[in-house]
Amino acid sequence: MKKSDSYEEFIKGIWRDNPVFVQVLGMCPMLAVTNSAINAVAMGMATFFVLVGSSFLVSSFRNWIPKQVRISCFIIIIATFVTVADYTLLALVPKVHKELGAFIPLIVANCMILGRQEAFSSRYPVRLAVMDAIGMAGGFLLALFSLGAIREILGDGALFGIKLFGENFEPWVIMILPPGGFLTLGVILLFFNWFKFKKDEFLAEVAEAERGGG
Amino acid sequence: MDNLTWIFISALLVNNFVLTYFLGLCPFLGVSNSLETSARLGLATTFVMLVTAVCAWVLNTYVLIHAPYLRLICFIVVIASTVQFIEMLIRKLSPALFRAMGIFLPLITTNCAILGLAIFATNRGYGFVEGIVYALGAGIGFTLALVLLAGLREESELSDIPALIKGTAMNLIIAGILSMAFMGFAGLFSSA
Repeated sequence: MKKSDSYEEFIKGIWRDNPVFVQVLGMCPMLAVTNSAINAVAMGMATFFVLVGSSFLVSSFRNWIPKQVRISCFIIIIATFVTVADYTLLALVPKVHKELGAFIPLIVANCMILGRQEAFSSRYPVRLAVMDAIGMAGGFLLALFSLGAIREILGDGALFGIKLFGENFEPWVIMILPPGGFLTLGVILLFFNWFKFKKDEFLAEVAEAERGGG
Repeated sequence: MDNLTWIFISALLVNNFVLTYFLGLCPFLGVSNSLETSARLGLATTFVMLVTAVCAWVLNTYVLIHAPYLRLICFIVVIASTVQFIEMLIRKLSPALFRAMGIFLPLITTNCAILGLAIFATNRGYGFVEGIVYALGAGIGFTLALVLLAGLREESELSDIPALIKGTAMNLIIAGILSMAFMGFAGLFSSA
């Protein structure tokens, strides 16, 4: 019972309530750094660290944080973790850090992270909060990676810098430029809409058939 | 070309915060459903940007040279308190305007365009006047993008669009086309 609870919190972030594709949160880093798969993964990992860390801390302190100043408290906790992530990336992978540039500090303003603290971590015990954070951050990482991979393959003919196609591939440059980000995400959301549309249609059909049978 | 003009035009058009840097997308997609609210939100954001630019300069010059690792925490606290202060000020001075702004005021805190502005201005080492001009350009650019999208969305309300594409998917595709149009400005300074 307990185990299925935390499993449920974990899996909802990956698919059913995916922060990007379903809730449309955290769009800014989503579009800005996904011009190559490696940048997208680095960003996803940094966000993962920040979200899990701050969820753990917020959930542990949830009974001590006064209601009136909770948003400021959350933001300071998040900012601390972001600073740690920023300096860690600078020390370990300076090249990626340089490419991501200002977008690492901007994780602070990622509304998905603050949203999770407000909606979940500040109300539930540590174990559930961490599972929820891992699920949400995993879903975010997945979304970042898929967008980054699509854009790099189309715009550069490569994945993680390894060329996939032969000499004759004409790169679709617009995909790694800003408009490509908007267009790719638009098309992915369109696909999700279509998926939901079909599912609703199917459920309606089933209901119809059941009514007819009964 | 004059340096200040360059900074202004660059933040306004060539490196538009929303359409080229992808900053402030949440309000861009969230509140761009009517022209009036988006113009109002744009102006409020511009104002917060100006105040933030001044505060960021003061902090950078006097405080953060001694403790650079506190940069992020300082900026976010300054932005949060500025927004809070402006909220109280507007409530006191003009209750009508306060009611009209509603939820959008507090939401400015989590607008990454503002934090982005403070960080970019720091990274580029802008001085006091440059910072203000940069904030002005970025703010007006943000308002411009918001108003453009709101106008297009209002038009699209009346046209016959498949139910499947309505909503965020369509807004993103419109934004993509707008962004493509703004790419045309990129050549503006190549000869300068």
